[in-house]
Amino acid sequence: MVSSLRAGRRWAPLLRGLLVWLGGMVLPHLGLAQGKFMTKTGHLTFFSASIMEDIEARNDKVAAVFDMNGGQIAFSVPIREFQFKRTLMQEHFNENYMESDKFPRATFTGQVLDAAQVLKLLGAGAQTVEVEGNLTIHGVTRKVVVAGTLQHRDGQMILVAYFNVAPADYAVDVPLLVREHIAKSVSVRLNVACDPVSPALTQQP
Amino acid sequence: MKALFTTLSERGLLAALLLALAAPAAHAQTDLLGQLEQSTQKDEPTQLVEATFKATRLINGHTVQTPGEGTMVFLISHRFGALNSGAYQFFGLDAATLRLGFEYGITDRLEVGVGRSSLDKTFDGFVKYKAIQQSTGAHAVPVTVTLLGTAALSTIRYADGYTRNALDRTAYTYQALIARKFSTDFSLQLMPTVVHRNMVVNEGEKNDVYALGAGGRYKLTRRFSLNAEYYYLMPGYTADHYRNSLALGVDIETGGHIFQLHVTNSQGMIEKQFVSETTGNFFKGDIFFGFNMSRNFTVKQRYRK
Repeated sequence: MVSSLRAGRRWAPLLRGLLVWLGGMVLPHLGLAQGKFMTKTGHLTFFSASIMEDIEARNDKVAAVFDMNGGQIAFSVPIREFQFKRTLMQEHFNENYMESDKFPRATFTGQVLDAAQVLKLLGAGAQTVEVEGNLTIHGVTRKVVVAGTLQHRDGQMILVAYFNVAPADYAVDVPLLVREHIAKSVSVRLNVACDPVSPALTQQP
Repeated sequence: MKALFTTLSERGLLAALLLALAAPAAHAQTDLLGQLEQSTQKDEPTQLVEATFKATRLINGHTVQTPGEGTMVFLISHRFGALNSGAYQFFGLDAATLRLGFEYGITDRLEVGVGRSSLDKTFDGFVKYKAIQQSTGAHAVPVTVTLLGTAALSTIRYADGYTRNALDRTAYTYQALIARKFSTDFSLQLMPTVVHRNMVVNEGEKNDVYALGAGGRYKLTRRFSLNAEYYYLMPGYTADHYRNSLALGVDIETGGHIFQLHVTNSQGMIEKQFVSETTGNFFKGDIFFGFNMSRNFTVKQRYRK
């Protein structure tokens, strides 16, 4: 591309201008890609406490991507990967409550609030952040604000968050007979360590 | 829009250019998720198809299901008398046969069980192994295959004058249960079956009985399904003197319990009895109303690694 530009001397200034203009478009984007962190092995556990029984499950296959430039975050949680202590609970979770055949993933896309400010301070240590975005569970999307901490440590971006999810908000139907067994509000703990990604990786199919 | 951006991102620099030109923050956010989904789908692992049936029994016979590691199942099966036994017998409700059973999942695939039926005072035990599991993904497997071996010992005092030792009183059943979950709601199962009786008393009766079973379930709601089960006896002495077993029923699931209510022309609840000893004619009212009630207990908690 560069040699062809040198060939046409008359058009050179114009082409150089065009290149700079295009470069201006491309370079911030590449910079953005360089500032991406990603993982496919994040951890998420949830806990439902009730008078009748406690229900706990964990998932070690949470995929997450964090974009330094702009402070955007996306998560994808494969529902079938939740591991329960009781086999029957796991079956009911997938078959009756989450309908994981129909809705195989829970997702979140969000934006760190005051991203510029927070990311600037990230060098100094862990930062408390608020993330606003869309949480989709069981096919229902809701706007949520989640508080958590963000930390840049040993080259990894570590995201930790505790929040609550009400099954009723996401059309998860709990039959009357077991209503006392399942908490109205389930506490969720998220812990993901994202590795930096080179732009080549994110751009290749 | 999302699909469009996903396609574009496959085109390297051009896509980056176009995205930089065209995608403001809102779209970039959607694209971030798109990128994530794309990269996770690449290495999508083989996903096992679970819950082909709700219970370890379809109606009379077994399904491909095993309880899973560390889970014990307590199963009470019950059949009333024949519907056509008249008002004096309260249409069968005065009489009952019962089987009590315990089953345990040693691993997610291997299960053992024992039971005692009031019919012929029979003790039974079985080993069940899920050999092949249906899956989706890169190396999809179309069916689940579970192998079942059972032994049944009848301890009733026969009045026919023959002396029998324990082996003479024993019968074995071997089944290959082949099932496919076609959709969340619909599953079908085929059950090639061999029943071997160590001792038979009638002239011309063979020790081995061959049968082919077929059954299925259709879920009407998430916790309620219709079930059907039929065992076809291969031509021979047994087919000439006994009837094919037919059963129709429903599964009702409530938390840790599964209730199965059904009507069948078989009074026995173990393979040897309902495959090779069914005498009732379903269409002449030899119908036994019955239920299975199973309760799962977690004996050993586990996090699957």
